[in-house]
Amino acid sequence: MKPAPFQYAAPESVEETMALLQAHGTEGKLLAGGQSLVPLLNMRLARPSVIIDLNRVSALDYIREENGEIAIGAMTRQRTAERSPVVARRLPLLADALPLVGHLQIRTRGTVGGSIAHADPSAELPAVLAALDGSVVVRGPGGTRRLAASEFFVSYLTTALGADELLLEVRFPAHEQQGSAFLEVARRHGDYALVGVGAVVTMAGNVCTQARLAFTGVGPVPVRIPDAEAVVTGKMVTDGVLAELGKLVTQLIDPTGDIHASAEYRKDVAGVLARRAIRAAAERAKTRQTGTQDRGNAGTR
Amino acid sequence: MKRRIRTARSAAKHPVAPPRRGNPVRTEAAAPPLVTRKEISVQVNGVAQTAEVEVRMTLVDFIREHLRLTGTHVGCEHGVCGACTILLDGAPVRSCLMFAVQAAGEEIMTVEALGTPDRLHPIQEAFRDHHGLQCGFCTPGFLMTTLAFLRERPSPTVDEIREALAGHLCRCTGYQGIVEAVSDAATRLRTGTRERGSAGTRQ
Repeated sequence: MKPAPFQYAAPESVEETMALLQAHGTEGKLLAGGQSLVPLLNMRLARPSVIIDLNRVSALDYIREENGEIAIGAMTRQRTAERSPVVARRLPLLADALPLVGHLQIRTRGTVGGSIAHADPSAELPAVLAALDGSVVVRGPGGTRRLAASEFFVSYLTTALGADELLLEVRFPAHEQQGSAFLEVARRHGDYALVGVGAVVTMAGNVCTQARLAFTGVGPVPVRIPDAEAVVTGKMVTDGVLAELGKLVTQLIDPTGDIHASAEYRKDVAGVLARRAIRAAAERAKTRQTGTQDRGNAGTR
Repeated sequence: MKRRIRTARSAAKHPVAPPRRGNPVRTEAAAPPLVTRKEISVQVNGVAQTAEVEVRMTLVDFIREHLRLTGTHVGCEHGVCGACTILLDGAPVRSCLMFAVQAAGEEIMTVEALGTPDRLHPIQEAFRDHHGLQCGFCTPGFLMTTLAFLRERPSPTVDEIREALAGHLCRCTGYQGIVEAVSDAATRLRTGTRERGSAGTRQ
């Protein structure tokens, strides 16, 4: 099928975009990478009367290091972030997750901000943001505001973003001193995850001093389970602790089943993935500690 | 008016952050006009093309129906099958998930620029030699992704090939021939041979 007729504008600056949102926000739709919106338009599941195409707003395409955070402009392509040395070095969890987002051809066009603003309950990037306690910067008619991931994701495909607001950037706390891992199970590589999990741990020697887990595909928004995180915190990451963690995750998580996988299967997989992700994250954190020490001893770099 | 009220409420809940990087919070800019048709210029296979298109026309329809380059196929029209894959500034994209107006000023390469029936591109030769196609519907997409992929990874592993091709569906071959073809095409491109690669790519 073909999209229903719409009116179109391609602003070249944030200011022009704001003016368009003021004039047409309620009947309009922002077009970022288009890898989720254009299918909806082609199938006529969405029929906005105005499309505001952000692809010429080059001011929203950047990756900046700012005070321990990496700010990624909303229109930065997923593929650009995937290949960024800054992302690889300072945001290893994001670097882990990006290759799992759709296929190569999708990531060429798809944007970091678009994925966050679309808030698909099975998408990887919202879970990454939630696991890192990251935030977004949003511009509205009254100015800019910053929202934590926990405030931003409201429900299925629903965020705190108003009709007259524009997502400017996504801010991921740098975590190169921690260990992290993103794992998922999908029917084929690049499909939406049946279950995915991002894990970030802080290690002091062999003891985990902080653990964060955010799941995707198992609820309307990225799911954090504080009780499960508490199981690992303050302990050595042993097989016994991991078994307890997996059991608790399976018990507490509350996914819905669909044609791809039953709720029971998702619960089971979530427990297994949580275990594996925390183990991998803890190992990476330890390697990092050892690596840092080695470099310190060598003292030649 | 309604919008302002809602903003005021959300502003109370989330205090307005101070202006960032010295940008004034309120900058008045004129809203660009809304259009339903637009003139675009694109480079397609090295040829400059100018046309006026309806803004809702997808890039694949522009390529096929306006430019009559029917090598690019329309499959699912929602980004799943990969048949419409073309190169946009050298990178593979789904041309069903872009509007033609978005390609203005860009460079497009379609399967027509790859080889000719008399002189196939080494990737096309490899697909032919390894039975990497039967009906051929999905093939143009596979070829374009393979071209971009092998430029980046001239010596890929089989796992990397499978991952790179995951965004394409083929209902005939069972993929084995395609994976072998890509592996062999890599050898041919590296060594500059046009015949079947000698580096035992069959497993």
